[in-house]
Amino acid sequence: MLKRLFESIGEYFLLLGKAISKPQKRNVYMKLLVREFYDLGVNSFGLVLFTSFFVGAVVAIQMFNNFDASSFPIPNSFVGYATKTVLILEFSPTIISVILAGKVGSYIASSIGTMRVTEQIDALDIMGVNSPNFLILPKIVASVVFNPILIAISIVIGIWGGYIAGVATGNWTTADYITGIQMYMPSYFIWYAFLKTAVFAFLIATIPAYFGYNVKGGSLEVGRASTQAVVWTMISVIIMNLLLTQMFLS
Amino acid sequence: MIEVKELRKSFEEVEVLKGINTSFDTGKVNLIIGQSGSGKTVFLKSLLNVYEPSSGSILFDGRDIMKMSPEEKQTLRSEIGTVFQGSALFDSMTVEENISFPLDMFTNLSFREKKRKVLEVIGRVNLQNANKKYPSEISGGMQKRVAIARAIVNNPKYLFCDEPNSGLDPYTSNVIDDLLLEITKEYNTTTIINTHDMNSVMTIGEKILYLRLGIKEWEGDKDILATAKNKHLIDFVYSSELFKQLRDFMLENNQTSLINDKPEDNEIEDSRIPKQK
Repeated sequence: MLKRLFESIGEYFLLLGKAISKPQKRNVYMKLLVREFYDLGVNSFGLVLFTSFFVGAVVAIQMFNNFDASSFPIPNSFVGYATKTVLILEFSPTIISVILAGKVGSYIASSIGTMRVTEQIDALDIMGVNSPNFLILPKIVASVVFNPILIAISIVIGIWGGYIAGVATGNWTTADYITGIQMYMPSYFIWYAFLKTAVFAFLIATIPAYFGYNVKGGSLEVGRASTQAVVWTMISVIIMNLLLTQMFLS
Repeated sequence: MIEVKELRKSFEEVEVLKGINTSFDTGKVNLIIGQSGSGKTVFLKSLLNVYEPSSGSILFDGRDIMKMSPEEKQTLRSEIGTVFQGSALFDSMTVEENISFPLDMFTNLSFREKKRKVLEVIGRVNLQNANKKYPSEISGGMQKRVAIARAIVNNPKYLFCDEPNSGLDPYTSNVIDDLLLEITKEYNTTTIINTHDMNSVMTIGEKILYLRLGIKEWEGDKDILATAKNKHLIDFVYSSELFKQLRDFMLENNQTSLINDKPEDNEIEDSRIPKQK
């Protein structure tokens, strides 16, 4: 099993080697890129907005509950500060990336896998098209460029979710919450969040692409590959999260 | 012309192609037939270099694909048109975009010039009303015609078709056969078709290669098929009662153009196969 794992990692990097090269035809590549921006990015807006709003609200309520139960008094303005910091450092980049690994990852693995079993990838290869480059590179670029935008929106919506939770429950005032949001936070937290998101986006685009590209069989295998792709992408995102946190925040 | 010399292909321990020697002429429809598992698809994919042959050589008008650099292979591939069994059309593209794809990728033609060529081949395969439709919105026969149009839009020198009639009704199969024959003559391509369709074998088989268990058992043409002496070939081609009766009728009457005076002149058997009793 360990041998198979190392073989798969080797195949993954070989596939990346073929995928990350100069596109054969720039205008065809640009068309594909625009389509991937739409399929991978714009199509994920709704899910990101919905999830971020509720995550932000839940984080704010839990922060308030913990601060309220504390043995020493913590000002209510810290609810805003803590919500902002937690969303920027962890919830938006990691949780939203894990959700995108499920949504976008299964889409990438199944679409490329279906192309494999219906011989569309063979057709590309026989025509002389570099199929990994044609299929995977636009997905990598679209994810790495668009996911940070999604995460930025997620942070804003999450903070707004926290604000609405305060208004709805009456546990903290609007003024307290806004004061907390305006408290100082190191600017590299933001860069760390975007760097993390870009790395996760790369994993979200490439790991499912690897599973889809190497499907053998029929529709059942495409389904299996899609599931495996999502599982391994999530595992990779979580492990990478630990490594990046240790590297940049310790 | 495509020449194949001592072509072998193994997958791990299993040898699927066992030293095939043959040639496919330019301007002719060449058919590869054989039972499932005989190595037809592996043979076709080896010719296309989708599978790297274990040994042997494949010469495209004298150019050995096994000795080509990646750039030379790229050039050769732009001279090849392929029609897959399942059509292999790109789902996310319309009929017109699918056909235009080889032109988009491999030529620097202007938009207007590409449009003209695409409309020309769309007319050639009678798909005038399907330009803007997606592959999922058209029938199997239309998908095959789109695949043929995509294969010929770049004026290929070599046309490969993997079971172009599979899943089609007899009438549509005939339409596809006629189309492939006409295109072969019109564009002077070296056409190689992998088929199970005996109607195609008897109507457009200008050269027929019969594979069995990875060996070339017989080659000839449609006109000498009925009088072939290879028992496996006869059992395979005339397996249905109708075809058996047709063959008996042809042999008894000796009046059809399908039979030559001296069939054995055009018939080649692999010398390694033991003579049948």
